Amino acid sequence: MADRKTVPSLKKTPLTAAHQALGARLVEFGGWLMPVQYAGILQEHRAVRETAGVFDISHMGEFIISGPSAEAWLNAMLCNDIRAISPGHGQYTLLLNEAGGVLDDWYIYRLEDQTYLAVVNATETGKDFNWLQKKVASNVTLKNVSEEYAALALQGPQSEAILYKTFDKEIRRIRRNQIMTTPYQGQPVWVARTGYTGEDGYELFFPAELAEGLWQRLLTVGGVPAGLGARDTLRLEACYPLYGHELSETISPLEAGLGHFVSFDKPERFTGKDSLRRQKDAGLPRRLVAFEMTGLTAPPRARYAVLVDGQRVGEVTSGGVSPTLKKNLGLALIDHSHAKVGNRIDIEIRDQRRPALIVPKPFYNNLRK
Amino acid sequence: MNSHIPDNLKYVASHEWLSTQNGIATVGITDHAQAELSDVVYVELPPLGKTLAAKAPAAVVESVKAASDIYAPVSGEVVAVNSALAADPALVNRSPYEQGWMFKLKIADPGELAALLDAAAYRAKLG
Repeated sequence: MADRKTVPSLKKTPLTAAHQALGARLVEFGGWLMPVQYAGILQEHRAVRETAGVFDISHMGEFIISGPSAEAWLNAMLCNDIRAISPGHGQYTLLLNEAGGVLDDWYIYRLEDQTYLAVVNATETGKDFNWLQKKVASNVTLKNVSEEYAALALQGPQSEAILYKTFDKEIRRIRRNQIMTTPYQGQPVWVARTGYTGEDGYELFFPAELAEGLWQRLLTVGGVPAGLGARDTLRLEACYPLYGHELSETISPLEAGLGHFVSFDKPERFTGKDSLRRQKDAGLPRRLVAFEMTGLTAPPRARYAVLVDGQRVGEVTSGGVSPTLKKNLGLALIDHSHAKVGNRIDIEIRDQRRPALIVPKPFYNNLRK
Repeated sequence: MNSHIPDNLKYVASHEWLSTQNGIATVGITDHAQAELSDVVYVELPPLGKTLAAKAPAAVVESVKAASDIYAPVSGEVVAVNSALAADPALVNRSPYEQGWMFKLKIADPGELAALLDAAAYRAKLG
């Protein structure tokens, strides 16, 4: 067994000391020192499926975009249609390059008519900001507030009850993808009903100085600390893409099965539109599929080869053991002609071909409409 | 975190332990190693009869997060594997030095045993 590497000068969230005090195992993730687990990944995974877990997601980036032209500009920068959301609502969207590859995947909220909050991947924050800053239009203000903001995700069937206990004053009930603001110790906290686990839940965005207090409060009222390890197993069961795995600059949102978030009908010619249109007309070369291993095998892992009749047809993008379903499963990007539910494929695990079956996505989802 | 390090075993810096009896070495991973890996979900064991060189990859332990190679502490032929790990891989976590043993080697060169760490030396390595 190899020792873990220690990497110097990693970025820390406002909660690093709190994680250490809980005995968390801290690891490097995209330049950040983050908790991968506290009590154990399986236990934390179960807590989110059965009660509620709390994740430090302060490494994620936040941009505030505002101004009279923000709507039209965002619609040219991002592939989903921002006009579909009114103030107090959010949507999943993607930032594309001209080739139709994915620079990043975002959640964006319309806070007010002309003000937006974008939540972006930690590892891509700098890249996204540089890309957008070069293209920023007049009457649009783009601010990177990632340093000033911290964030927590509260996820699981008991999230709503825990949220109400967290804030002293009564707070408004919101639906999936809605966002509202509520004060905590005199400062505004943005509360969005969204998440990355396949459970009901919330993500909270707030000034960094509130982080320690809110974290302790959420744990006191019943939230279970959960790390990046459980976050990954939970999102894999729910088939949510992870940037760098299911999405990259060389994978299009159409290949990743995210066509629902690409608006070809909006008036703005968004970056990547022409490439995606061509790809759609020509037929997609690859598709992202979900698969389960059919025998007793080791778990599939990212970058393992996918074979059909001994020929390589693609590779695993994410894989592992599903704690909820007790199966070995994964996502794979494979040649379109083989990407059909019910097809049998082989996964190459340490030079051995192991049988798997393509199944419908997602493996698991507990979201009520 | 204080790991359990029994005094009667030999160790390798890569966190395997070894015990010997009648020229047969029993190999597993240390308490420290199982804690680092956390939840073990699968153990891939070497085929019986395979001859392993010292420090060669011998088994693979899969935790929820990742696959880790386990190395042969000394050279030898695989004469037994712990089949109980197929049904209950978490034995490696619960009982790393007993029920979680992985494989047995018929030691090819007893001279190699001298290069292994004793409990005090392994404890010092963990710091």
